Amino acid sequence: MPDFITAWLDQNDVFTTMTMLEYWNGLVQTVQLVFLSLIIGLLVAVPLAILRTNRRWWVSGPVWVYTYLFRGTPLLIQLYIIYYGLAQIPGIQETFWWSIFREPFYPALLAFTLNTAAYTTEIFRGAIAATPQGEIEAAKAYGMSWFLRLRRIVLPSAARRAVQAYSNEVIFMLHASAIASVVTIVDLTGAARNIYSRFYAPFEAFIGVALIYMALTFLLVFAFRKLENHLLRHQRPAGG
Amino acid sequence: MKKMIVAAGCALAMMAGSVQAQDGRDIRIAFDVPYEPFEYRDDDGNLTGFEVELAEAMCEELKANCEFVTQAWDGMIPGLLARKFDAIMSSMSITEERAERVLFSEPYYNTPGGWFAPEGFDTDVTDMKAMEGKTVGVQRGTTMDTYVTENMGGVVTIKRYTTADDMVLDLEGQRLDVVFVDYPVGEQTVLSKDGFKEVGKPVKLGQGVGVAMRKRDKDLAEEINAALETLKNDGTYDAIMEKYFSYDIKM
Repeated sequence: MPDFITAWLDQNDVFTTMTMLEYWNGLVQTVQLVFLSLIIGLLVAVPLAILRTNRRWWVSGPVWVYTYLFRGTPLLIQLYIIYYGLAQIPGIQETFWWSIFREPFYPALLAFTLNTAAYTTEIFRGAIAATPQGEIEAAKAYGMSWFLRLRRIVLPSAARRAVQAYSNEVIFMLHASAIASVVTIVDLTGAARNIYSRFYAPFEAFIGVALIYMALTFLLVFAFRKLENHLLRHQRPAGG
Repeated sequence: MKKMIVAAGCALAMMAGSVQAQDGRDIRIAFDVPYEPFEYRDDDGNLTGFEVELAEAMCEELKANCEFVTQAWDGMIPGLLARKFDAIMSSMSITEERAERVLFSEPYYNTPGGWFAPEGFDTDVTDMKAMEGKTVGVQRGTTMDTYVTENMGGVVTIKRYTTADDMVLDLEGQRLDVVFVDYPVGEQTVLSKDGFKEVGKPVKLGQGVGVAMRKRDKDLAEEINAALETLKNDGTYDAIMEKYFSYDIKM
């Protein structure tokens, strides 16, 4: 950081250079955690949503159980169970898994991914189930195979219906990631809590972090509006 | 309505006046129970503990009529300022923020921070070279947190916890190599489990715990300071301390 910025910041009572660096490191942690869990969650959710719409109960049943479990319990509890529960498994400290799960990042990533994948699965299941029957019949009339129908008709059509609900899920996930700080991850909220306890200034510390979350949300909303415009461009009135 | 309040106020003032002391002053002292072993109720429901016994000895020294009241922690300073009681002897650490609102006596005890680790841990916690790369757990915002951050930041990885219970779980789960925690807390939560021990020496931190009074009661503070000084020198303090602690908290 250039010296004049450092000098300027250090005049402040709370928002010093050290505070800003702490916020920055927290921002990096939050973005990594949320971005990775959303990407992996989405990759898992699409196949699961397809299985979930399957007519055979022994295919859709297990997926239903999974989404029910993870949507039926608070994320905080899931994080506690995974973070503290894994450490209680006898002998896990001697296996190579421990090098992964010793750090709080991976248990948190696992909990967040499983949670967001459950919600995303249900969002996509609804969108797939709502595919107009005529589109599928038309595709069948063209002689498309099951896989081709899925790729060309069902999934693109479902994506258009799912995108608005999914953008909400993304924003919820960003805000839910605040609980990562309870398992010692210094994400944005963790940084705010450290700053609060260093300066006894809860108001400044949490207002500061709230503004950063708002800026992130604004970016997400903007990106999703672009995506919606792209996916739903056929619905715009002509010349509009 | 206003008249009634004034009348009730006068009546109360007269009642309070009628139970005035025979000799010596009246002091009402507040404790937040339970906070073992500083203040708690014994099996018969009587208030006891290190600070309670010290307060009794202090009152005897002052020849004052003391009344002990219990007050939840959140309402401590507001209750003092609202004259519900005259002094707080409930393990209130002296901090600059609090000193702006209340008057503290000289400190009368300070619990050290203690290092606790699993049996196998044999690193010297004061040797920065040996400690390099170790993971240390502290409770966020405590004097122990400040100490580790200032003296070992950059050398060790510091993990901050809100509750001691979460920290101890991670020590058991081997996510932490060692924890640095308020000694009585560590004694209760870590040493009570098998396979853990104290490492290194306890470190005295912070400005200690003092009796808190209203800012205007300067003469009371002087008397209390004098009484505490006497107790510390004539062996009364040590006798009470040895009853409750196996380590030194005198200040």
